[in-house]
Amino acid sequence: MNLDCKHVWEHISEYIDKTVDAGLRKDIELHLEHCEICSAILDSTRNILILTADDRTFELPVGYSKRLHERLKDEIEKSKHEPPVGETK
Amino acid sequence: MGTMETNEAGLIARILAGEKELFHDLIRPYERMVYLTLFAIVKNETEAEDGAQEAVISAYRHLASFRGDAKFSTWLTTIAINQGRRRLRKAKGAAEESIEEQADSREGDFTPAPLTDWREIPLEALERKELREALRTAVAELPDIYRQVFVLRDLEEQNIEETAQALGINPGAVKVRLHRARMMLQKRLVPFLKTTAPARRGFFGRAL
Repeated sequence: MNLDCKHVWEHISEYIDKTVDAGLRKDIELHLEHCEICSAILDSTRNILILTADDRTFELPVGYSKRLHERLKDEIEKSKHEPPVGETK
Repeated sequence: MGTMETNEAGLIARILAGEKELFHDLIRPYERMVYLTLFAIVKNETEAEDGAQEAVISAYRHLASFRGDAKFSTWLTTIAINQGRRRLRKAKGAAEESIEEQADSREGDFTPAPLTDWREIPLEALERKELREALRTAVAELPDIYRQVFVLRDLEEQNIEETAQALGINPGAVKVRLHRARMMLQKRLVPFLKTTAPARRGFFGRAL
């Protein structure tokens, strides 16, 4: 089946996640082979996702982990004088 | 028990049996996820960090109520989401409507933007730092319901089922919101993407 661009765009996300069925996948691939615009949209969307998953894009505050474990350490110390975890409260 | 002790279920059993310090090890792989989940909701570094601490402490206190029918990460994400929503309500007052009440059906343009000249831009023009900054801003400015799904799926790399469970929505809604979020980001970032080399096709894939 010949897909138009708009149809391809509607399924780009699922195509990236590989959740489109085999038939549609084939049609999309066929379309992408000769459509520069849709190829560019697909590639740019993928680039965004790669960049999103890159740890350097969304960084944690400096010292976050240290502060978290210090807080947790205090909590654990406190709870030692209480019944086992989960039975409190 | 041997290797059993190194896995999550084993750790949890030992913590509940009294080896409380092991909770540090249990939580370590998820620290980043907890923070990002909080940040996706409260959009403020200090609030997100305070909330992340509260969520972790809460998970510690209520560990015995973790049943093991969901993944530990999903259970923890749910705690983080609840913590974030509580903070948001507190910050915005009672006027804040429930996050889930924002409708999916809202009309909008969720089509991507075409890039016409990206192939001509040389690799040297890559300015990833600038692009990263633009991406952070664009994600922060997504409508709440889209940002939360996007963060769980594409930043934390949780699957559709886990995301649906954590947010209390159905998998179909996860797919719709994710698609819209991605398209909004694509459109928003086109001016920056023109300086980005295309990724190799087939590189980015993950299990459902």
